[in-house]
Amino acid sequence: MSSNDPGAMSATSTAAGGLQADIRLRRGDFELDVSLSVEAGETAALLGPNGAGKSTIVAAIAGLLRLDGGVVRLAGRVLDDPADGVFVPPEGRRIGVVFQDQVLFGHLNALDNVAFGLTSRGMRRAPARERAQDWLDAMDLGDLGHRRPRAMSGGQRQRVALARALACEPDLLVADEPLGSLDVTARNRLRRNLAAHLSSGRSGGTASPTAPRHGAGDVPRLLITHDPTDAFVLADRVHILENGRLTQSGTPDELRRSPATAYAADLSGINLVRGTAREGEISVTTDNATPSQPGRHPAVVLHAADTSMFGAVLATIHPRAIALHRERPTGSPRNVWRTTAEAVEPLGDITRVLLGSPLPLTADITPGAAHELLIRPGTTLWVSVKATEVELAPDARD
Amino acid sequence: MTSTTTSTSAPESARRPARRTARELPPWPIALLAGIGVVLFALPLVGLVARAPWTGLWAHLSSRFVVDAAGLSVVSSIAAAAVAALVGVPLAWVLARVSFPGRSVVRALVTLPMVLPPVVGGAALLFALGRRGVVGGPLHDATGLLLPYSIWGVILANAFVATPLVILTVEGALRNLDRQYEHAAATLGASRLRVLWRVTLPMIGPALGVAVVVAWARALGEFGATVTFAGSLGGRTQTLPLAVFVALESNRDAAVAISLVLVALSLGLLIALRDRWWPSR
Repeated sequence: MSSNDPGAMSATSTAAGGLQADIRLRRGDFELDVSLSVEAGETAALLGPNGAGKSTIVAAIAGLLRLDGGVVRLAGRVLDDPADGVFVPPEGRRIGVVFQDQVLFGHLNALDNVAFGLTSRGMRRAPARERAQDWLDAMDLGDLGHRRPRAMSGGQRQRVALARALACEPDLLVADEPLGSLDVTARNRLRRNLAAHLSSGRSGGTASPTAPRHGAGDVPRLLITHDPTDAFVLADRVHILENGRLTQSGTPDELRRSPATAYAADLSGINLVRGTAREGEISVTTDNATPSQPGRHPAVVLHAADTSMFGAVLATIHPRAIALHRERPTGSPRNVWRTTAEAVEPLGDITRVLLGSPLPLTADITPGAAHELLIRPGTTLWVSVKATEVELAPDARD
Repeated sequence: MTSTTTSTSAPESARRPARRTARELPPWPIALLAGIGVVLFALPLVGLVARAPWTGLWAHLSSRFVVDAAGLSVVSSIAAAAVAALVGVPLAWVLARVSFPGRSVVRALVTLPMVLPPVVGGAALLFALGRRGVVGGPLHDATGLLLPYSIWGVILANAFVATPLVILTVEGALRNLDRQYEHAAATLGASRLRVLWRVTLPMIGPALGVAVVVAWARALGEFGATVTFAGSLGGRTQTLPLAVFVALESNRDAAVAISLVLVALSLGLLIALRDRWWPSR
């Protein structure tokens, strides 16, 4: 990635192509103090509950709010540094933002929405529309260019918004709750689409020949979400934001292993299992990496209540939905197997048990139950999971 | 999808109350007063229509006196609406978007002509811009330009009373506009002027349209400020409303004929506006 300001690079410790944001902002009673960096080619998720300050961070990075203190640096350029009197307005930042609720221009059709950024940056209308059409094609929206946003579905609008942000070949892509306003079906479909773009940084699978090549994967990407599934599935690195502060940063696996706060524990315990579905039976692929046992577990078949899905899926099991027993349980649960406890971690109101082979999962039980079951690392246990607790979604990264 | 989405809610239909279809009837005092209101507005119209010289209508309307006034009215009202938009929209933008000390004073000042008696407005304009006015005197000495008793005076007087309507309507629309659209445009690289031109103005387009049309209608009907500042010179500053006033003394049938035209025009405009731009229901 090129840098327009070589002078700024010397102060940069991380990769020059990435984002370094040291954001200090006060809005009324709310105080934001966050240091965040996203390296070139990395997808970082900013995960936090509503009101944690996620949207304020988006606004500060995009230049819609001025910092009170700190510095924002992108691709070797200083964008905001109040101490130095530097402030680059949003139109000069080259940051593609996918806004919450899309914020497509209602008076323009889909094609002109995508072309807007190109013509704003001086491209003539005809080539801009051509380029925009390529992006719509890449998003499987090639036939809908003439449609106004209000005549499109939520998922289609979201893809137009993504195309609009990417068409300008930004130095950074920020997606603010990109899946937030969609229903479950659209979410699943779009998450796959988004994964393709977030992991390659350009148009999906069949990139059109004229689609801009922006050094595939070079663009740093920041995903803002309150949904742990989105964060853990789409991001390389997750930053947890609570009440204006980053409480923990790490890879999804690191967060799962040692959550630092109750909120992080609740989010990071979610079990995500990749597999292949066939009539409610999911053959789990063996590369479900857990920190403790990378890739050495035999295949398992999970039963799910949802029999409609075929092919690559992502199964979600909440840690509280996993029951542990000393003896083989009898009764209705469809998924029963024997395993060993790998680690036992008291996390306040819950005790987290990391389970080992054949399927590494995280289970949360009460401290009382943990005590009663005499669980220690190495204890042999029976696991049961009701088929109705195994939720399926198409695997975004198939 | 995310964690557990258990089924806890009862069927939606069971809780939703049956949709009300019966039309609501007003209580009798309200019906009575509303009825009186309608009569109050309809009665003058009835009087006008009853008094109308239907047979000689066209002869009256095609007289030199009326044609001159109509031409002047059309030109000056359109020009005044253009001035109102040109000055009013930027003013509205500043009032809606820029926070500065004394903003409420400025807003009161620029909307004053709405509540001021138009005659007072015209007199004030005369004292400021007349031949012996504070600004008008030096202006005349320097350029020979004289605003009162000219078509420029008519346009100025019309714009003076019409601009506040644009300011209020557009400021309201700007305040209701979700700023996120402008933010999105800025992140896409649009300069502030381009944001204004390509996003803000198109998005408040309907309100802007209403504002300009209402301003034009107000200018078309302007009387008090015009007669005070520009006089009522036939063929030069005598607009349709002034012609009606003059004709009432000399040629009552012509006055009624012009009035009918103005009423029809205004009524048609209001009905068209309501259908196209104002929220129906």
